[in-house]
Amino acid sequence: MRHEFFPLFYSFHFYLFGLLAIASALLFVTRKSPVAAAMWLVNVMFCLAAEYVLLGAQFIGAIQVLVYAGAIMVVFLFVVMLLNLGHAEAVTDLRGNAGRLAAGFVGLAMLAEVMVLAQSEFAAELTPKAALARQAAEAIDGPGGVIGPIAAPLFREHLLAFELTSMLLLTAIVGAVVIGKKREGGDAR
Amino acid sequence: MLAESLALSAVLFTIGVIGVLTRRNAIILFMCVELMLNAVNLSFVALSKLYGATGQVFVVMVMTVAAAEAAVGLAIIIAIFRHRQSVDLEDINLLKG
Repeated sequence: MRHEFFPLFYSFHFYLFGLLAIASALLFVTRKSPVAAAMWLVNVMFCLAAEYVLLGAQFIGAIQVLVYAGAIMVVFLFVVMLLNLGHAEAVTDLRGNAGRLAAGFVGLAMLAEVMVLAQSEFAAELTPKAALARQAAEAIDGPGGVIGPIAAPLFREHLLAFELTSMLLLTAIVGAVVIGKKREGGDAR
Repeated sequence: MLAESLALSAVLFTIGVIGVLTRRNAIILFMCVELMLNAVNLSFVALSKLYGATGQVFVVMVMTVAAAEAAVGLAIIIAIFRHRQSVDLEDINLLKG
């Protein structure tokens, strides 16, 4: 299933999932209950997984569902459950007017920056480099399939970074256990 | 489709920033950070179509860092909850002079 054959199919689904992602994200930041917010965030992640597949990154789409929606969000929901925070509080946790104004201003400023960037010469640099794009497409059609082009740089050029992430994960696990551990004798220190 | 992807990524990142600035529930704050990381991932994937698959390698790294961050951050939230019986940032003001 390639772009060239179904351009309308691709762009229709691209816009569909893009708009769904934006709508879910807006619902996510406005929900009172942490559980409802988490569910909308999971929806955003599913929409993004669909976008990844449409962009030709099938493997990333798969691990987006497995790791983000499946593992990280479950950890969040688990903590909500453990701390018994699932009920929407009577008072919303949205900040007062000052916070909302600041957020609205920052949001507008960032969107304006994006619009200016899109008009500037930066956008011209992003026009498809035919040779590179063809190379990327050929790599996906090669013997490694969709995973080969990711695995090769990951385990060759970026092997050190890959090993360092394993150290990072180990440190995070140890840190999480130490921080989350209940102290003996009820002494909070 | 590249321009649209980058625009979508920017919009999602902006929504994440607005969430961080407006919410006071620490757990929802963390989820907003995850949303921002997701937005950045989208631009990595979109640009990897032009510049080769290295962008997708970075997405894998970002996901690892997000997982580590979620683990440590949520452990900190649980520890704070034990002390204060609350995850509202207004109640966590020990360093406020």
